[in-house]
Amino acid sequence: MRLLTHNMLSSNIKGVTDGFPLKIEAGKVVEKEVDMNTDFLKNIFTKIEWKPFVEAAKTLGYSELPEDVDPSLLDSQDFLTKFHHALLEIHLEEGALVCPETGRKFPVSKGIPNMLLHEDEV
Amino acid sequence: MTPKIADIRLVASHPEVYEPCDDSFALVDALLADRMNLLQLEPKMCLEIGCGSGYVITSLALILEQDTNSSVHCFATDINPDAVEVTSATLKAHGVHAEVMNMDIASALEDRLSGLVDVVVVNPPYVPTPEDEVGAGGIVAAWAGGEDGRSVIDRILPVADKLLSEKGWLYMLTLAANKPSELCGLMRKKGYASKIIVQRSTEEESLHVIKFWRDPDSEVQIKKTMANRGSPTSIFSRLSRLSFSGHGNANSK
Repeated sequence: MRLLTHNMLSSNIKGVTDGFPLKIEAGKVVEKEVDMNTDFLKNIFTKIEWKPFVEAAKTLGYSELPEDVDPSLLDSQDFLTKFHHALLEIHLEEGALVCPETGRKFPVSKGIPNMLLHEDEV
Repeated sequence: MTPKIADIRLVASHPEVYEPCDDSFALVDALLADRMNLLQLEPKMCLEIGCGSGYVITSLALILEQDTNSSVHCFATDINPDAVEVTSATLKAHGVHAEVMNMDIASALEDRLSGLVDVVVVNPPYVPTPEDEVGAGGIVAAWAGGEDGRSVIDRILPVADKLLSEKGWLYMLTLAANKPSELCGLMRKKGYASKIIVQRSTEEESLHVIKFWRDPDSEVQIKKTMANRGSPTSIFSRLSRLSFSGHGNANSK
């Protein structure tokens, strides 16, 4: 699971009003190189909730991202490289995503988050 | 050059996961038929709901990968825990990537991905079955569609509407028993135009792949019609027919 995906997932347990962002419990983290596409990064930048993204990257052992950002950073090759790496190349392979309100754990196994709810959570 | 799609010999399998069949092939044929439009759309985010074996999302990723200028991020969900693993293996065997997740429809993505998805593809559980078979789990979830095969389809349509970006497209496979013209009418009320892009009859079933896209005119038209004439019911049936016959050219983008 990429951090881009983490940034798009919420806990939707019945009664939870703010299920984003999910906390990460990191087990196994892997890195897989992919080609960088500047257009894609510029497009996706505005859709990323930055603080949760920085926190998630730190949890997975990557602390090179700036705490605060503005669109002018997208002209910096150095920033784009780091953004690309954190967004698409770091994968949570084993671990869990934790609902910020209830503490319910959603397991991540073989890189696949299991967001299925139990009957009493729907 | 023949466009690349998933190689059936590389598709992973599992006793509890639906194998690619006529419906899957029809959906991929539809994506191939619409390939030039898809490449021009330059989608940034794509999602398959109910990815099963991974045949369709792998094909979509391969089709889009051939346009070297664009970069696309694919998501795939399935309610069946075995299916997401099989999809993951199928993607890997083809050297493409999609983010695979185990969930009901797109439940954990709906909030954050709202309005961000440019292409949604769905081969839903469309077979008419007793209602209690819907959501029974395992491979049954791949086909059990309840009354008219519509139970899950009717839950997917509002989700697709929520997730699709302004320029977004939905490709959905349906069976004649699902009343596709009624589905087009339902989507028209939400402001979507529609077009059948693949039609296929096999010995057992008659399949359609319908493409939906946002059409500001259809919304205006509906409001006008509602204001000017009769009851919503009569408009509904008329629009259902319209969506099949009258808008074939609206998609010549």
